[in-house]
Amino acid sequence: MIGISESVMQFLLALIVAGPLIGAVAALLPAPPGLKGNSPDQAVLRHGVTVTGAVLLAALVLALGFDHDHPSKMQATTDISWIPALDVRIHLGIDGISLPLLVLTALLTFLCALYSYFKMPTGPSPKAFVALILVLESGTLATFAVLDLLLFFLAFEMVLIPMYFLIARWGGAQRTQAAWKFILYTLLGSVVMLLGLLLIGLKSGTFDMVALATDNGPGLTTSVQVIAVLAIGIGLAVKTPMWPLHSWLPDAHTAAPTVGSVLLAGVLLKMGTYGFVRILLPITPDGMREFAPYLAAFAVVGIIYGSLACLALARRGAKGDLKRLIAYSSVGHMGFVLLGIATMSPTGVNGALFANIAHGLITGLLFFLVGALKDRTGTTDLDSLAQESGAALYGKAPRLGGLLAFGAVASLGLPGLAGFWGEMLALFGAFEPADDLSRPAFLTFMAIAAFGTLLTAAYMLVVVRRVCMGPMPRPDAEPAPKALADVQGYELAAWTPLVALTVLAGLWPAALLGLTDPAVQKLLTGGKS
Amino acid sequence: MTVAAESASSLVQSVDWLAIAPPTITAVVGLVVLVADLFVGDGKKAVLGWLSVAGLAAAALSLLPLLDDDRSTFCLTGSGTHACSYTADRFTLVIQLLVLGGALLAALLSMSTLKDEEGTKGELPAGEFWFLLLSSAAGAALLPASRDLATLIVALEVASLPAFALVGLRHGDKRSSEAALKFFLSSVTATAVSLMGVSFVYAATGTLHLTEIATKLQSDQVTDGQLHTLAQAGVALTLVGFAFKVAAVPFHFWVPDTYVGAPLPVAAYLSVVGKAVGFTGLILVTVVAFPSYADVWGPVLAVLAALTMTAGNVAALRQRSTRAYSAVRLLAWSSVGQAGYLLVPIAAAGYADNEAGAEKAIGSTVAYALMYAAVNLGAFAVAALVGRTQRLNRVSDYRGLYARSPLAALVLAFFLLCLAGLPPGIIGLFAKVTVFSAAVDAGLGWLAVVMAVNVVIALYYYLQWTALLFRAPEGEPVRHRVPAPLTAAIALTAVLGIALSGAPQLVLRFSDTGLF
Repeated sequence: MIGISESVMQFLLALIVAGPLIGAVAALLPAPPGLKGNSPDQAVLRHGVTVTGAVLLAALVLALGFDHDHPSKMQATTDISWIPALDVRIHLGIDGISLPLLVLTALLTFLCALYSYFKMPTGPSPKAFVALILVLESGTLATFAVLDLLLFFLAFEMVLIPMYFLIARWGGAQRTQAAWKFILYTLLGSVVMLLGLLLIGLKSGTFDMVALATDNGPGLTTSVQVIAVLAIGIGLAVKTPMWPLHSWLPDAHTAAPTVGSVLLAGVLLKMGTYGFVRILLPITPDGMREFAPYLAAFAVVGIIYGSLACLALARRGAKGDLKRLIAYSSVGHMGFVLLGIATMSPTGVNGALFANIAHGLITGLLFFLVGALKDRTGTTDLDSLAQESGAALYGKAPRLGGLLAFGAVASLGLPGLAGFWGEMLALFGAFEPADDLSRPAFLTFMAIAAFGTLLTAAYMLVVVRRVCMGPMPRPDAEPAPKALADVQGYELAAWTPLVALTVLAGLWPAALLGLTDPAVQKLLTGGKS
Repeated sequence: MTVAAESASSLVQSVDWLAIAPPTITAVVGLVVLVADLFVGDGKKAVLGWLSVAGLAAAALSLLPLLDDDRSTFCLTGSGTHACSYTADRFTLVIQLLVLGGALLAALLSMSTLKDEEGTKGELPAGEFWFLLLSSAAGAALLPASRDLATLIVALEVASLPAFALVGLRHGDKRSSEAALKFFLSSVTATAVSLMGVSFVYAATGTLHLTEIATKLQSDQVTDGQLHTLAQAGVALTLVGFAFKVAAVPFHFWVPDTYVGAPLPVAAYLSVVGKAVGFTGLILVTVVAFPSYADVWGPVLAVLAALTMTAGNVAALRQRSTRAYSAVRLLAWSSVGQAGYLLVPIAAAGYADNEAGAEKAIGSTVAYALMYAAVNLGAFAVAALVGRTQRLNRVSDYRGLYARSPLAALVLAFFLLCLAGLPPGIIGLFAKVTVFSAAVDAGLGWLAVVMAVNVVIALYYYLQWTALLFRAPEGEPVRHRVPAPLTAAIALTAVLGIALSGAPQLVLRFSDTGLF
């Protein structure tokens, strides 16, 4: 939109990827004089806000400088040889697919840093916390910005160690097991993914994603593509997560600190779906075509399974955990994303990318809200929240209750909010999948997925009714009911951008679809846009 | 007159002293140390240590003038062939650098161990210790250069015999003597079997030079005739001795007990240089001497690699962290697992279509070995540091190391993650990637999958240990002064690891070009 010279754009993108890493190292060093603040803890938390803020600023400038007339073109590209022996190049670049994810990551991480500045999770020193968040940010941003298969793998792995420590050190109950489950599952998946990536690279002679995507499976026989899709798909499906490989997610979310949950749901899961779109669709289209119906089938099972699990958790007396419920709802939402990808049609893939962003905004907001609720009431157990001594948010903290209801209806896909468009487009895509996919099968999937949206609405409304509209405790009750603080200033600051963007994306979907559509068209047709 | 001169010159060869400088300097310094020990007073034994370190450094520096071109010496003359017993090509130089560098770091570790134990009951005799270490290093440096089976076996023995003594050097320590005996008996058996294999191969081909053997094994005389079986048996038996040195299954049982019984620096030395000796011998025998039998040793090595990594990692996983010496035991088992990864590209070389493919695969092993040497020695160095205050060296003693000495904890975490192959240990990750790519390239998909599972198993125990470093310590942290050589060793390995993580090309380039 505004003209920024290419070299500045290159620098900005490099800064976005490398900046958090430098910041992480700086966080471990003692604060320089003049920036010591009230206490070392406060200084380092402020350092986190500064660095993530700078990265967000750089990302926004990058988005402004991005040539919106040609979103299918790779922009701000850097291409330097790093390890010639393995043919690994530091190849960075953004197009209409990666730009929104990049901005979303920078935004969510900044909001998390801001939130932690005021509300540090209980655990060991904030120094390590800030350093880990920054390494995590660098890894996710790199995943969306790199255009080399091995570098993608490196970035994909980079988030594991920080997330492990975030859960294991700052988490709640059962955190050790949950952290182990998270890292072992993901690592097993990603090692298998590495084998697939190597297979592609060795058979085609290059690891460069752009070169591979423009040829649409250059010299890769169908059998190679099938094996590669299977191997890479497993790695990405674990991360996404796809049913039945999802079982690490509810545990990790339940145990993770608020900020960890927000980043896990908002950003980390997107790395999986992004890999599907960026690597599997353009590079191995034949192999993908073989597996698309199965992927779609697993996706709709995930939608139904996630919703049913949520319904079971939301029942009275089920002792359901609200964080766990949102985690399961993520399985359902990511099912829509996978369904959209599996259609291999522009409509479906655009829907998937839209749902990706929407899920990041809405689920991020929901995890923030649940975290705030936990801080106030000390529990995320739905039954205790719904009891007379519990939340009854509309009465006790009307703004918090209103936000929770907003998040819930956005999540169930109310038209006019962000959640609607992605899922609708994914269903449209399934109505008319790519030419060589079986239409009857996808029509069935569409019908089942549509039923899933009903279930989603059901459990979300149950949650709102039980948590927000619970009975007000009698004033003379024993012991005296605790007052709930309503939304604080810093919370408002951290949540408002998410709410605003959810509304904006719902009312003006073209802003996002205009970016993704040309890029998707190009990827699906093999570079001929 | 001229006739006599000519025949004399064909008998007396001129020796390329520059080419053989690295092992020679090491051996000579070893002898000097042994003699000097007689004249150095009890209080000044540290001089011997510095002398040895300087000798190893000088030997490593003597590699520099050899970089330009390949040199050979001790060649056959007059028979129309050009087979040499000693060759200093790129492969030789890289392995010699690995061996001498590893020995140098082990020597730095030994200095503080020797000093700490001075005057205690189990004191190590300094002169003998340095002599044995240098002798073993000289043998290990000779091994990659040897290009005939006799020199190879002699070098293997020169590297091993002092190692037995090093393991059992501690006076009056039952564990130490038992470890040495175990090590000695199993090693001697393996060498005997290996020697028998060599004699079979010699009987079948009539030569000991590796390149000659390679041509003879392909000749009709061997492939068609009754010699075929003899040659095949010879090939298989020869491999056994080297498989033992690498600690491949089923010759891995000696490793944990030997490492625990040996002084810690010796265990570090064995884990790196001992392994280097084994896989160098394997590479020379398989790729240079027996390429025509790739269909025999390729699958065997692939299976060995799979079994070795699985056995090592599963055993490491089962270590209880509160058992005495569990840290060393864990490193011992993990080194068995790592040996399995090292074998993968050698096995892949057996499946390569052409010589270039095989050499590329070998390069992956060399690159991985260089990475492994740096970070494993680093891990041992930190273990030595902790072992100074915590005699039992249990994994649970590492709890809260970050609070006691933050730098040591961060460095150890980095080394462990390098061994696991996860960022921020980028060099570990890419070294694993080269090994994986060698396997995938050779069509050994099943082996790659087995290795993938092993990487996950290994991550579990490496990360468990890493996580322990950052836990809240039990009790007040006590700070100790760290001796300079130990600091130097840790700093050196850490700088190496970090530099390699920034520029992995430094070691990975060996996986891209021919080494022979």
